[in-house]
Amino acid sequence: MSPPDRIDVVGGRSAIAGIGETVYGKNLGRSELDLACEAIVAACADAGFPVQEIDGIVSYHIEQVSEEAIVHALGIENCSFMARTTSGGGGAASIVGLAAVAVASGQAESVVAFRARNRSKGASYGGDPNQGGRPWEKAGRSVSGGNQWHHPFGVASPTHEMALIARRHMALFGTTAEQFGMQSVAQRFHASHNPRAIMRTPITLDDWHNARMIADPIRLVDCSLENDGATAILVTTPERARDLAQPPVTVLAQAMGAGPIHVALADYFRTSSSFDERDFAGRHIARQLFARAGLTPADVDVAAIFDHFTMAVPLSLEQYGFCGLGEGGPMIESGATRWPDGALPVNTHGGSNGEGFIHGANHVPEAVRQIRGTSTCQVVGAEVALVTGAISDPAGAVLLGRG
Amino acid sequence: MHPDLPRPAPGPVEAPFWEWCRRHELRLQRCSDCGTFRFHPRPRCPACTSAAADWTPVAGTGTVASYTVLHPPVLPAFADRVPYNAVVVQLDEGPFMVSNLLGIDNADLAVGMRVAVTFVDIDDEYTLPQFRPVGAEAAA
Ligand SMILES: [Zn+2]
Repeated sequence: MSPPDRIDVVGGRSAIAGIGETVYGKNLGRSELDLACEAIVAACADAGFPVQEIDGIVSYHIEQVSEEAIVHALGIENCSFMARTTSGGGGAASIVGLAAVAVASGQAESVVAFRARNRSKGASYGGDPNQGGRPWEKAGRSVSGGNQWHHPFGVASPTHEMALIARRHMALFGTTAEQFGMQSVAQRFHASHNPRAIMRTPITLDDWHNARMIADPIRLVDCSLENDGATAILVTTPERARDLAQPPVTVLAQAMGAGPIHVALADYFRTSSSFDERDFAGRHIARQLFARAGLTPADVDVAAIFDHFTMAVPLSLEQYGFCGLGEGGPMIESGATRWPDGALPVNTHGGSNGEGFIHGANHVPEAVRQIRGTSTCQVVGAEVALVTGAISDPAGAVLLGRG
Repeated sequence: MHPDLPRPAPGPVEAPFWEWCRRHELRLQRCSDCGTFRFHPRPRCPACTSAAADWTPVAGTGTVASYTVLHPPVLPAFADRVPYNAVVVQLDEGPFMVSNLLGIDNADLAVGMRVAVTFVDIDDEYTLPQFRPVGAEAAA
């Protein structure tokens, strides 16, 4: 677990040249392939880059749109690199990390990273459990694998699992549910500035108190939205990026780490009973990430933190070294994560409870906009942005900076 | 009983756990080489990688490591039970388990409570290991 002494050959050797997003909304009634194609074409248009010159495709491991479908829908003839991340929302930042690895190592020149989802409540699109609506509701009456240790007890959705993790953190450190609520309020404030956001009406802490309880201590407004949409990011060489339409956003470093996952809570608590050094993947990722970039958490100007539930934000702040163990809740309460006055504005697009939930992939474009200087909640002079995958999964993170 | 109540469909490594529950015994895999208990079941000991394990009785007592109370949306089979609790129990032998705590007002749930396993026969085929408070909590 000591810091790596290997030479990082990935950091600084790729750049994000384009970002593309569909509308994020409820029951759009479109196929995931259709949404993915729109986002990819939009990312290329943003960059002024010909779609047919894409030569790499990366996505999440549970992405339902295949590389082959993308290739044939968009007429991409020379795809040289395909790879997928591990573990659901853990891969939110690592789609960029994988693309950076491919570009920096010369396996491809211009890689598109994407995620497409039809997950509106009640959405019926597609036959796979990972398509349409809530996958946990489709597990059925015969449960195998990890589900057999949760579902018979009525523990089935990520909300249930994260509630059990949140309560443990509260019991050990005095973190309060209201501190999760303060992050919820901050993100909804950010979303109120963002024309892409699904939830554009800000809320107060009173609104949070009055919101329906879903899984104690998690309330409705702490939860990620259930919506449709797709996000794409074009990663290319720094040289190519300089010739394109947008100011390049450099991938300063990427790192991954395997830790316990929320869908196996027995293991999660085995290693996380005190949220200590062995916790999660976050500390392991952060150590590698900052070492590779030659930066510290204090150098980060703005963060896009995976927030399937707002309780993930304080836990991530701790694991990524922005505060000490148990200090994530008080850090939120201090206003540090709220734009414009906070020292580390978090999820300035409104995050997963404000802008929308594309499994965290939509956090990447916001970090890019911050470095470009075009966010609707712009952090003045932002030079370094952090994007993280889920704190509750094997995961990854990237640091982005000016080209 | 709700027709869609989730039922374990264990693989060969996992099946003994449920078979012992059926006999109202809580047994976990214990490494035959290094003695480490593990849950949930898996083919190797995460402490020493040994494949040899014995299904060993445990005391069935433990401590509530975390809890939640669940409201809609939940699995359809649980919709008529809301609000209901779920707990993570750390068994005295070390491993953690997800379960439910019976015989308690949800307002009285607390991390650190002492609990003991109780076996609930769901039907003719399977039995669920749930927990009840013991000691001062049970008397209160
Ligand atoms: Zn062993």
